[in-house]
Amino acid sequence: MIIAERKPLTEVLEMLDGSGEITVLGCRSCTAICLAGGEKEAKEMSEALSLHSELKGKGWSVRPITVERACEKEFILPLQGVKGTVLSLACGVGAQVVQEMFPMLQVLPGVNTSNMGAPEGIGVFVEKCAGCGDCILHLTAGICPIARCAKSLLNGPCGGSQNGKCEVSPDTACAWDQIVRSLTTQGRLDLLERNIPPKDWRPSRSGGPRRTVNVEAMPGDSQKAWRDTE
Amino acid sequence: MSVSMLQEMLDAGRFAVTAEIGPPKSCEPEQVRKLARMLKGSAHAFNLTDNQAANVRMSSLASSVLCLQEGLEPVMQMTCRDRNRIAMQSDLLGACALGVHNVLCISGDHQVFGNHPQAKNVYDVDPIQQLMIFRRMRDEGMNWGGEPLPQPPQPFLGAAANPFADPFEFRVARLAKKVSAGAQFVQTQCVLDVERFQRFMGYVRERGLDEEVHVIAGVIPLRSHKAALFMKNKVAGMCVPDHIVDRLRRASDPKEEGIKLCLETIDSLKSIPGVHGVHITAIAWEEIVPRLVQEAGIRP
Repeated sequence: MIIAERKPLTEVLEMLDGSGEITVLGCRSCTAICLAGGEKEAKEMSEALSLHSELKGKGWSVRPITVERACEKEFILPLQGVKGTVLSLACGVGAQVVQEMFPMLQVLPGVNTSNMGAPEGIGVFVEKCAGCGDCILHLTAGICPIARCAKSLLNGPCGGSQNGKCEVSPDTACAWDQIVRSLTTQGRLDLLERNIPPKDWRPSRSGGPRRTVNVEAMPGDSQKAWRDTE
Repeated sequence: MSVSMLQEMLDAGRFAVTAEIGPPKSCEPEQVRKLARMLKGSAHAFNLTDNQAANVRMSSLASSVLCLQEGLEPVMQMTCRDRNRIAMQSDLLGACALGVHNVLCISGDHQVFGNHPQAKNVYDVDPIQQLMIFRRMRDEGMNWGGEPLPQPPQPFLGAAANPFADPFEFRVARLAKKVSAGAQFVQTQCVLDVERFQRFMGYVRERGLDEEVHVIAGVIPLRSHKAALFMKNKVAGMCVPDHIVDRLRRASDPKEEGIKLCLETIDSLKSIPGVHGVHITAIAWEEIVPRLVQEAGIRP
């Protein structure tokens, strides 16, 4: 899922300065699961903003709205009729879809969207995938060095790996140490001897903003039209 | 014919000495020249670090050229941290055009250690891929994109090896990967734990890598037990045995003890089969290098 964390309140208050009508947008998908922007957080934020407005005489009118999935147009219809400012606790994708759908609104980010990861423990989330567009997990025992090695080394580990930890921080596991262990367990150490050549980064962000087309998912007529243009 | 004296020396089976020169955090050429003049004749070649510890310094290429002008043979270090494959190939062509042929391919310290922790790193390629790219340029006469090079560069390709990082069993495999990618010489992390280094070299010989690559073992003269503790606790991928820290702490003249310790290490390293030279890192104590090589009997 997409991992995000709440922006500091002071930063949010600064962004909202000069607003009148404020809608705090929660999302029941990823940001709800990482406890940054679900229904509960949207309600809390809404209350905090109302209190601040009251104390400082800001004159804000604040209310929360939580949708199922802010990144799909069908799900953000509850925002129809909303005016003024939307403080999005959905991820950066959701915030942009909302802005696209309602160009007259001022959509502000209430969270910092960070990465694609998974929960490691209660309240702890770890990055797993960098979305490079050319998966090599079959070569690395199911552990991604692009996302999880601080240097994205494809033939690691580097000389900074010690006691299973990355040189960057004692809190960071060395991904290549994990890969070596995992390959040992699987009896596939031969994979370590293979040099992985320079990667083609075009399917990654380096190829520019990406557009993914799944022709199978298109209606029949569109499929034919798409194939004719290809 | 070889364009690198270091390569000639090593290929001829002579014991090589390399030493490190850290470029200044300024644009004063005199700072490099001064060190170069002081160190001239103390080693066969001199490593010019590439923004070491991720701190902004004079570029390794510019510093290498300054050394050339002073009559020293440079080893230009090039990290994968700060340049993509376009810049790397461009820098290699530029280096060879200017007479800098020894190139050390390294991943580089992560930028969080340096004076610009906010920087974005590159890591378009890793050092093994960097070696593959440079070898293709030289041996196949084309850049990585496949375009022919009218005059291919002739680098002598080096890599780093750290016998003291983990997982230990993989360190030799990684060296083998570097060799198969094109490394002709490797310079190791500073050896303070000789016993562990001997075990590492045992594995190196077991795989026959000593026949394929010149291993140059790193050494470092330590000035005090505090310096030793700093290396132990603050430098990534270092292994400093407690008995060394204790020995320096107990010494009445820690500097002299550090020199003695370094000479003993060089002596042990010389006798390890497969070790073809030593690399001396004496950052901020460069003036000790001439004495070290003299007393170790390895002066070129």
